[in-house]
Amino acid sequence: MNIKEFLDQDQKKDLLRLLTAGSVDDGKSTLIGRLLFDSKKLYDDQLATLKRDSERVGHAGKDIDYALLLDGLKAEREQGITIDVAYRYFSTKKRKFIIADTPGHEQYTRNMVTGASTANLAIILIDARKGVITQTKRHTFLVSLLGIKHVILAVNKMDLMDYSKDVFDNICNDFKEFVTRLDIPDLHYIPLSALKGDNIIEKSDNMTWYSGKSILELLESIHISSDRNFVDMRYPVQYVLRPTLDFRGFSARVASGVIRKGDTVMVLPSRKTSKVEKIVTYDGELDYAFPPQAVTVTLEDEIDISRGDMLVHTNNIPRVERHFEAMLVWMDETALDKNVQFYIKHTTNSTKASIDLIRYKVDVNTLRKDETEELGLNEIARVLISTNKALYFDPYKKNRNTGSFILIDPVSHNTVAVGMIIDRMSIKDMPLKITKGDEEKIIKGQSLISSEERQNKLNQKGATIWITGLHGSGKNNLAYSLEKSLFDMGATLVLLDGKSVRSGLSRELDFSPADRAEHLRRVAHICRILNDQGIITICSFISPDENIRNQVADIVGRDNFILTYLDADIEYCRSNDKYGLYKKAENGEIVFMPGVDIEYEIPESADITLRANEKPEIVEKVLEHIARKKIFPL
Amino acid sequence: MNYNLTNLRELEAEAIHIIREVAAEFENPVMLYSIGKDSSVMLRLAEKAFYPGKVPFPLMHIDSKWKFKEMIEFRDRYVEENNWKLIVHYNKKGFESGIGPFTHGSKVHTDIMKTQALLAGLDKYGFDAAFGGARRDEEKSRAKERIFSFRDSRHQWDPKIQRPELWDTYNAKVHKGESIRVFPISNWTELDIWQYIRLENIPIVPLYFAKERAIVDINGSLILVDDDRMPKDLRDKAEMKMVRFRTLGCYPLTGAIESNADTIEKIVEEMMTVTVSERTTRVIDFDQEASMEQKKREGYF
Repeated sequence: MNIKEFLDQDQKKDLLRLLTAGSVDDGKSTLIGRLLFDSKKLYDDQLATLKRDSERVGHAGKDIDYALLLDGLKAEREQGITIDVAYRYFSTKKRKFIIADTPGHEQYTRNMVTGASTANLAIILIDARKGVITQTKRHTFLVSLLGIKHVILAVNKMDLMDYSKDVFDNICNDFKEFVTRLDIPDLHYIPLSALKGDNIIEKSDNMTWYSGKSILELLESIHISSDRNFVDMRYPVQYVLRPTLDFRGFSARVASGVIRKGDTVMVLPSRKTSKVEKIVTYDGELDYAFPPQAVTVTLEDEIDISRGDMLVHTNNIPRVERHFEAMLVWMDETALDKNVQFYIKHTTNSTKASIDLIRYKVDVNTLRKDETEELGLNEIARVLISTNKALYFDPYKKNRNTGSFILIDPVSHNTVAVGMIIDRMSIKDMPLKITKGDEEKIIKGQSLISSEERQNKLNQKGATIWITGLHGSGKNNLAYSLEKSLFDMGATLVLLDGKSVRSGLSRELDFSPADRAEHLRRVAHICRILNDQGIITICSFISPDENIRNQVADIVGRDNFILTYLDADIEYCRSNDKYGLYKKAENGEIVFMPGVDIEYEIPESADITLRANEKPEIVEKVLEHIARKKIFPL
Repeated sequence: MNYNLTNLRELEAEAIHIIREVAAEFENPVMLYSIGKDSSVMLRLAEKAFYPGKVPFPLMHIDSKWKFKEMIEFRDRYVEENNWKLIVHYNKKGFESGIGPFTHGSKVHTDIMKTQALLAGLDKYGFDAAFGGARRDEEKSRAKERIFSFRDSRHQWDPKIQRPELWDTYNAKVHKGESIRVFPISNWTELDIWQYIRLENIPIVPLYFAKERAIVDINGSLILVDDDRMPKDLRDKAEMKMVRFRTLGCYPLTGAIESNADTIEKIVEEMMTVTVSERTTRVIDFDQEASMEQKKREGYF
């Protein structure tokens, strides 16, 4: 082969990124040194330096200390440990490789997670003399957490165990038992001796009982191109190009799926649609683009799009929400402070985020889940996160690019944590807890006016008339009629409804279950304050969730809370739907519409149940109830 | 449908993504241009990132005033032909007081004319992000450097408190005065660079190709007689040799190698067979143990 042919072949090779996990004692650096050395990558002068250094500070006796080649920084060299991620490069006839070399020590989980985030494959190294130890389990857990699909369990130092098949089999069995609890689709087991070169490049004669490939053969042949998600098209706009008045291009790296010329695409968050006009690159236009290509797209229609927006196919939309659960790895020396609002960076989108709840912490050594309120360096927990504006995401398992994020401290600007979003949750699992229960401490000033004095002056008792029912059931009509009647009779009252509260107090909240819960929590607290002052509140909210209504009642105070259910069939509601919301919900233009895509839970024990209609007698019924309860008049 | 990318195209896409990310997130980025082959590749990647638009940031060349003449000629021509916005910055005081490698030694020269000049240049224009063409396979301490490498307000690098960097999600947050050095071709090897230059027909300084040149052997380094600032007694020892340069910098500090490789193919062939890693032709690395790490801590790339 001449050099031209070599180059032509070389430039067509694909790239495999791999992670090596194991401790210094497992011979990890020796293994990497071997791969580099034996694949002829080690240049003569690097080797000369190595020999010189080995004699001075080496830990390998008279042999070449391959570890010295890998441990870059001065401080680390003196301590004889690797303390960060180092990247190494080598290539064979078939492939190019990038090795992320990460340390195995407990305190450096963050480095391993860093190395694993870009890897296609992980080599987990075991010392044949020690077998599966705590550290092995930790590494394997992290590898599975970061979604690495291919794992090689490399049982090293077989030379010290007489190349025994039994030793190898026992270790593999121990490992298998443990690994079934984790999600790793492609597992391989190799016995080797990095020091002696057994099963590194070629199959070893010392272990004829082993029928698999050498580690290099395996690295060269594992199929990785189908690991990428080519199904769910996600195009997170990174940069808007406007070189001339008539060119508006949206540059991005395709995160997943395939975007084609002529595709109908939807822009998130505006939900406007258009068609892909052109896919532009410096090297000419393309008919389609796929991950990880970085291209520029133009659309047929002029739509306002900026960095952080996402193009998707109209029939395959990611979750668009402000709340999600994630596995979070804490990476900072300073422990999590739940009162801090962090910056969150997710694809090209940035906003602020807070951690509402730590569900549990995972002990990486035992995989035990423990309840906790704290999260410190190198700890991993399942948490609930709320962001200030909606993100467009998929679960990490399905989509590494749209399922991952980083948290940045607002003061130090350090990357303090990284997260992987968990699979779609049912609405039941969403954060619907709005009362704090026992924890709550009521801190109140001591008013000089007693409630009795207030009641006597106003001739009424503070209470909340909470009207629930589907959109279009006539809640607002009932509320306004009731307000007018009570006002005419001399009552002092305040009316709260969705429009009045959402236009100001809850203006940043959307209609997702979690935001709806927060919205109603605010309303409940206003009612409580007003009721305390002796004022009657009339509330008109769909409030579809029984659990939330109960918590609202708790906040307001059960004694002052009158739950009024306006019972109406969906057809009746549709015919009363002035804004056409039902139609929009059925067309998918809006989501979280009670009675359409989320359930409206009928109250189990309403104080008043009314069959929806236009007649004034339903107002009378409520008035009767109020009088009977001696709310107004006293 | 083929959904496979070759390793070069994958590296290219990664670099374009990084370059765009910087342009989007920083107020005032700059691309440091060293005129070398890695810089030339980086420039092409920047053009690709913003095509059909123009690259939205300037280039800055830190001129130590001791660069090869051919480098400066190449720079001026290339920049003009391609309409780049170029800032040339040098240490005026150092230059006027005659700092140079022959008189002051490589350490003082590098510190004053390169490191100090770079820091002053960055400060002068208030750049909050600076692209560099460093690669992780060049040198041990670079193997651990992030793609977005944080520098404090004195431009210093602390390898112990590097920000975690995961996936392709880069943390671009800095306070006023702090900055980020960005290395879009971190994951490229020397061979990748040559492959890309070949594939893309990227123009490079002719010094990379073998030619008969006037050379003096100074302590084992083959130094080109580029001008008469080289002391006369050394110049008198010059011989014509068929040589080329694997890296380019200040001519008295950059050793040539004897070679007949006058095409990219021949260079690669030579690289694959006779193997000496590329930075050994740079005199500055040998000043002290772990010297690159030291320089990086002080703010040098």
